[in-house]
Amino acid sequence: MGQTMAEKILAKAAGVKSAAPGDLLDVYPHVAMSHENAGLVSKVFKTIGVSRVWDPEKIIIIFDHRVPAESDKTAAGQKAVRDFVKAQNIKNFYDINVGICHQVLPENGHVRPGEVLVGTDSHTTTQGAFGNFATGIGATEMAAVWATGKLWMMVPESIKIVTHGKFRDGVYAKDLILYIIGMLRADGADYKSVEFYGEAISEMSVSSRMVLCNLSMEMGAKSALVPPDGKTLDFVMSATSIPFEVIKADPDASYLQTIDIDLSDLRPQLACAHSVDNVKKVSEVEGTPIHQAFLGSCTNGRLEDLEIGAKLLAGKRIHPDVRLLIIPASWKVYREAIKKGHIETFIDAGAVILNPGCGPCLGAHQGLLAPGERCISSTNRNFKGRMGSTESEVYLGSPATVIASAIAGKIVSPEGKV
Amino acid sequence: MKYHGKAFAYGNDINTDVIFPGRYLNIFEPSEMAKHAMEDLDKEFLGKMAPGDIIVAGKYFGCGSSREQAASCLKASGISVVIAESFARIFYRNAINLGLAIMVCPGISGMVKYGDILEVEPTTGQIFNKSQGTSANAKRLPPFILEILQDGGLIPHLQKSIKK
Repeated sequence: MGQTMAEKILAKAAGVKSAAPGDLLDVYPHVAMSHENAGLVSKVFKTIGVSRVWDPEKIIIIFDHRVPAESDKTAAGQKAVRDFVKAQNIKNFYDINVGICHQVLPENGHVRPGEVLVGTDSHTTTQGAFGNFATGIGATEMAAVWATGKLWMMVPESIKIVTHGKFRDGVYAKDLILYIIGMLRADGADYKSVEFYGEAISEMSVSSRMVLCNLSMEMGAKSALVPPDGKTLDFVMSATSIPFEVIKADPDASYLQTIDIDLSDLRPQLACAHSVDNVKKVSEVEGTPIHQAFLGSCTNGRLEDLEIGAKLLAGKRIHPDVRLLIIPASWKVYREAIKKGHIETFIDAGAVILNPGCGPCLGAHQGLLAPGERCISSTNRNFKGRMGSTESEVYLGSPATVIASAIAGKIVSPEGKV
Repeated sequence: MKYHGKAFAYGNDINTDVIFPGRYLNIFEPSEMAKHAMEDLDKEFLGKMAPGDIIVAGKYFGCGSSREQAASCLKASGISVVIAESFARIFYRNAINLGLAIMVCPGISGMVKYGDILEVEPTTGQIFNKSQGTSANAKRLPPFILEILQDGGLIPHLQKSIKK
């Protein structure tokens, strides 16, 4: 009987020959990532009763949620982590000047196909774009991983998503995954692993595949996987020399469900307030006024996203009643965007450029919303109060929809503009 | 493990952002976390709740962010158990790891009203609604999960195995 990607990768990481849905395995992750919540992880770790972490090479800490610190409380938390990193000799620590964890991980060679990566962030699923079984866990569980190097996992059932045909102009990976979330709903993939196939997935950049896997969390996915190909290997091997094994699903693997999607019908999508599965066609809400637009995040803050924004904004000004915030996903992305002239285009258009990090996405830091305000955002969550006031609204769309709307001062489709 | 308390009943898809808002994620002290429990969902929660009380919810409780403060703040505020039709997987793990009892009981939201008095036993899955005179059975938790819960969470459980 054939196995899915999730079954094969988990079996290997647990040191067993094969695995089936429902099996409980002790899995030994290859990488354990935390961001500022490493402060909470280290606090719990110190209560366990072991003096050293299991492997200082495999623990990765990346500051991104509140960079630079917005309060003395955050500053104290970040300081405690820096002290812990030194005391435990943790090799891979990225301070406030590198970028968002889900972008920094692959840029620095920490994401390799066929491996298991756990992170204290739900959007850790992003790394499935590289054929890596990557999933989110809590801080206490991470403290136990730091102590023991293992955790229990139940092998998930898998859902296969197969695309047919090509994207229309103005339609992107973000629109596809929002459409899928709208169809499967917020809990449609809870406890499950998702695998993506199809011509459009093969043609898609690694960055766009990351969008699919990042947002799969919003339908509950435990992991979201794209089978590695030449593009994956080019990216990974340019970032690391650590050997790895590509693991793909067997042709006769068994799936809970197979979903076929015809891309020729797909138009720009929006997740309307206040849930990510409240998905509508952009055309259905066109004309809704906005006060803020945000281009950035672990979902859509990569170079290709900024490029779309720059193309739309070239020689134009944003609407006078709209604030446009732009945050490159990492300083590497930022530097490339400067070289290509995108940052100058953004400044000329009236945008505010913020330093790489999570920014306003989780409502903790820069660019929050007042009661009654509405933001169109390229991020991944729009829960009530997510980006500031509980009386504000967040709508999620592709970078093209966000920028086209920022220019218009209201929600508009980017079709015919890009 | 038997609990007795009044029920705070909520709907489907309660996310961790409304249980514990992102603006407080720099808080690592459980007693401080408790002050913001359910802040963006139910402003009356903290004023009305008493230690031992129980949360009853629809499907997919605890979805969204992996922040374990969502489970810690409920436990620290005195909630004894969360019963839901289903849980989001990260919240499910966090609750067990922090020693916050959970029960999965399809159909529960239809049989409990806000304020009902419940008597529940997570080890057996028995739920008795004293206000309505009805009862239900939650799914039995796997033995190794019960063991972690009975040890008080993953860290005490781990400490026990390290001492052995």
